Amino acid sequence: MSADPLSRVFSALADPTRRDIVARLTAGDATVGELAEPYDVTVQAVSKHLKVLEDAGLVSRTRDAQRRPVHLEAEVFDLMTRWIERYRRQAEERYRQLDDVLRAMPDDVEPTPPTDRPETGATP
Amino acid sequence: MTTRTHETEIVSDPDVPLVRITREFDAPPDKVFRAHTDPDLVVKWLGPRDLTMTVDHYDCRTGGSYRYLHVRGDDEFGFHGCFHEVRPSELIVQTFTFEGVPDGVALEKLVFEDLGDGRTRLIATSLVDSFADRDAFVASGMETGVREGYERLDELLAK
Repeated sequence: MSADPLSRVFSALADPTRRDIVARLTAGDATVGELAEPYDVTVQAVSKHLKVLEDAGLVSRTRDAQRRPVHLEAEVFDLMTRWIERYRRQAEERYRQLDDVLRAMPDDVEPTPPTDRPETGATP
Repeated sequence: MTTRTHETEIVSDPDVPLVRITREFDAPPDKVFRAHTDPDLVVKWLGPRDLTMTVDHYDCRTGGSYRYLHVRGDDEFGFHGCFHEVRPSELIVQTFTFEGVPDGVALEKLVFEDLGDGRTRLIATSLVDSFADRDAFVASGMETGVREGYERLDELLAK
């Protein structure tokens, strides 16, 4: 596990089950048992995922009562998702431009440009 | 917002400092590949919309190299790298350096998967040499900047 906090959050969110757990916690606090229900895994396995999320600062467990519901630290989660989403949107914007380029290309093209033409100089 | 089913997906790996972007295109691999290897086409999509992209050179062949600039007013951002392995319609392995951080380098692998029916899945993986660099890479687009982002995160986590 890498040391810096940002990496821990990124790593915690890299796992699809943990992303799903976080997504469900955005709707409200839940117990480990409630979180484990929809998955075909043991409560222990879900506890392990929660430990990773807790170490990353993404969720906290209240000490009071037997239920010890899991709480999403929404501010941390929002910050991270904004970073990742922004990066994803930039890639998506680039690829929509590529969609346009592809639409404008003839259907029958060679995968690489001709190699005998002169070195491409600075653009017009 | 359209309802297309092939929006860009992004994954940052927990064990290796890499970012993987997956996107599907309604075009066959030959076309998608050509759009990556032909500089006249590359300039039309690789740069952000608000920047002008100019190509210094772009020789997308095994052993070739590239250099291009993103220009906004008087600001120029240079990028360069080498094409390590280029296999038509299948694979491009290249290095990538932002000239503002000349010692930094990412190893990029682009895999073009033929989905049939004239469609292609592009899987673009960027690998750097530390988690901090990887995260800076992902956060690089944020207006707040990486350092401020780290500070905000530190504050949030310290609560």
